[in-house]
Amino acid sequence: MKRLKNFLFLLAAAPVAAFAAGATVHLDKAPVNLTDHDSLQRGARMFVNYCLNCHSAGSMRYSRLQDIGLTEDQIKDNLLFAGEKPGETMKVGMTKADGKAWFGATPPDLSVIARSRGADWLYTYLRSFYRDDTRATGWNNTVFDKVGMPHVMWTLQGEMAPVHKKVGEHEVIERLELVKPGSVTLAEYDAMVGDLVNYLVWMGEPAQVQRKQLGVIVLIFLAVFFVVAYYLKKEFWKDIH
Amino acid sequence: MNYKPDAELAFTSVEYIMRDVDWGWLIRYMHSTGASMFFVVVYLHMFRGLMYGSYRKPRELIWIFGVLIYLALMAEAFLGYLLPWGQMSFWGAQVIVNLFAAVPFIGEDLSIWIRGDYVISDATLNRFFAFHVIALPLVLIALVAVHLVALHEVGSNNPDGVEIKKKKDANGIPLDGIPFHPYYTVKDIVGVIVFLMVFSAILFFAPEMGGYFLEAANFVPADPLKTPEHIAPLWYFTPFYAILRAVPPLFGSQFPGVVAMGLSIVFLFFLPWLDRSKVKSIRYRGPIYKIMLALFIVSFIGLGYLGLLPSTPVATIFAQVFSVIYFLFFLLMPWYTSIDKTKPEPERVTG
Repeated sequence: MKRLKNFLFLLAAAPVAAFAAGATVHLDKAPVNLTDHDSLQRGARMFVNYCLNCHSAGSMRYSRLQDIGLTEDQIKDNLLFAGEKPGETMKVGMTKADGKAWFGATPPDLSVIARSRGADWLYTYLRSFYRDDTRATGWNNTVFDKVGMPHVMWTLQGEMAPVHKKVGEHEVIERLELVKPGSVTLAEYDAMVGDLVNYLVWMGEPAQVQRKQLGVIVLIFLAVFFVVAYYLKKEFWKDIH
Repeated sequence: MNYKPDAELAFTSVEYIMRDVDWGWLIRYMHSTGASMFFVVVYLHMFRGLMYGSYRKPRELIWIFGVLIYLALMAEAFLGYLLPWGQMSFWGAQVIVNLFAAVPFIGEDLSIWIRGDYVISDATLNRFFAFHVIALPLVLIALVAVHLVALHEVGSNNPDGVEIKKKKDANGIPLDGIPFHPYYTVKDIVGVIVFLMVFSAILFFAPEMGGYFLEAANFVPADPLKTPEHIAPLWYFTPFYAILRAVPPLFGSQFPGVVAMGLSIVFLFFLPWLDRSKVKSIRYRGPIYKIMLALFIVSFIGLGYLGLLPSTPVATIFAQVFSVIYFLFFLLMPWYTSIDKTKPEPERVTG
């Protein structure tokens, strides 16, 4: 009974819960284009280099990258660093317990992250890290406040600092400002994150391109079948009044 | 078997089906889209019954079996939704099973008996899997069989709501009757194709259906330590969920809401006897019934919408108003159907 009450309380409290972020933070539109193999391949390289050290993609096999135009040799030579085989899934050496101890929360598996978070959220999140010395990692994020993840791509983007403004009595972050440039410009960084998110969307469901192609064929078939069935019905029913 | 009903493996095994099993993604999406579309079809079927009075004498038994099918289908859907073992699977099941815990005196024990554990766990997943793939399908097949047997006894209704068996020719064949085959087989092929086109459009181009058929939160593996910020059941349950939340707790117990939710379905069984109208079909009904039916549909859809949202004071007031209309549709039915001005029913089917 008490547990139920807690749940109903949680339900009632949902709108004011911390995740309000999802509803109030403005999300930028991610440039997703699953037919752009160059972008997907750049995204795959970004993913393997930057994400796949702490985050696994336990449902994703390296060999599936052939679907975005890579050959098995290209995968072996460029994307396998620790003696994995192309048929294996994208695992990481870091244990869940270590991840929890080091970051406060186990870095989630990213196989279907684009399906739970959405492309726009990921695209905005990965561009919204800023310096915050109160945090253990030295980083915070405007999309995901007090996130355990540090800014992994900071050498690329550089360091951002918040610009505050006053809303009533509260200081809120109005926007982020580049204070220490990274190795690429902000526009280039946006494009790189765009590639990465494009890849994450593709990885969330590698069959989706094939799915849409098959869908067109199925609907054309049904449309033809409909015409035949419709006139068959009319023929049989012409005597019924 | 590619799906593993095991708390450690279930979530990943579904993704394995989506990626590594040949055509696994197609079968999985047929299943997930099919679950929602089954309810679309059932709701349309029930609405047609309401419009043409198909539940009325002599078809009471068909209607009762139909409502039982609806109940079994809800159980089947609820049990199946736990199996992918995502966050919504877990917490949705947690909320629903906890409804049983609101039953006075035996509630707590009842909920443990259902779960097989103190929380939703591997034990729950195992038994829900068994119920979903064997027990409930058998019940559904048996109920569909008796639904059809009962239908064959009295024959189908028609949009005029007149009994065609009253007027027969010399051979005892109803004058307005036509054989099922070939007339309805060829007609239903057309209907099936139209349905399949809608079904395929969803399956191939929007299998998540904007989060209504496959929820985003269910792509996160179940985590007993992390409550999602907003728990909502799938769309086909939300009208009843909204009724549950609309009823205020009594003495700190949610039991009244649970009772109201149960009653909202129980009332359907009594429909054949609540309706006192002289005619069956909406074609010959008076304005009062038409208004009440429209209000009922608006309330049902309104409740369905509100059930998707987090509850706020304004939403709760709306849900309460809709719930009252929902119940008044049934409770006042003997009165408003008997005073309503009906048109005379025709002797024969008008086509």
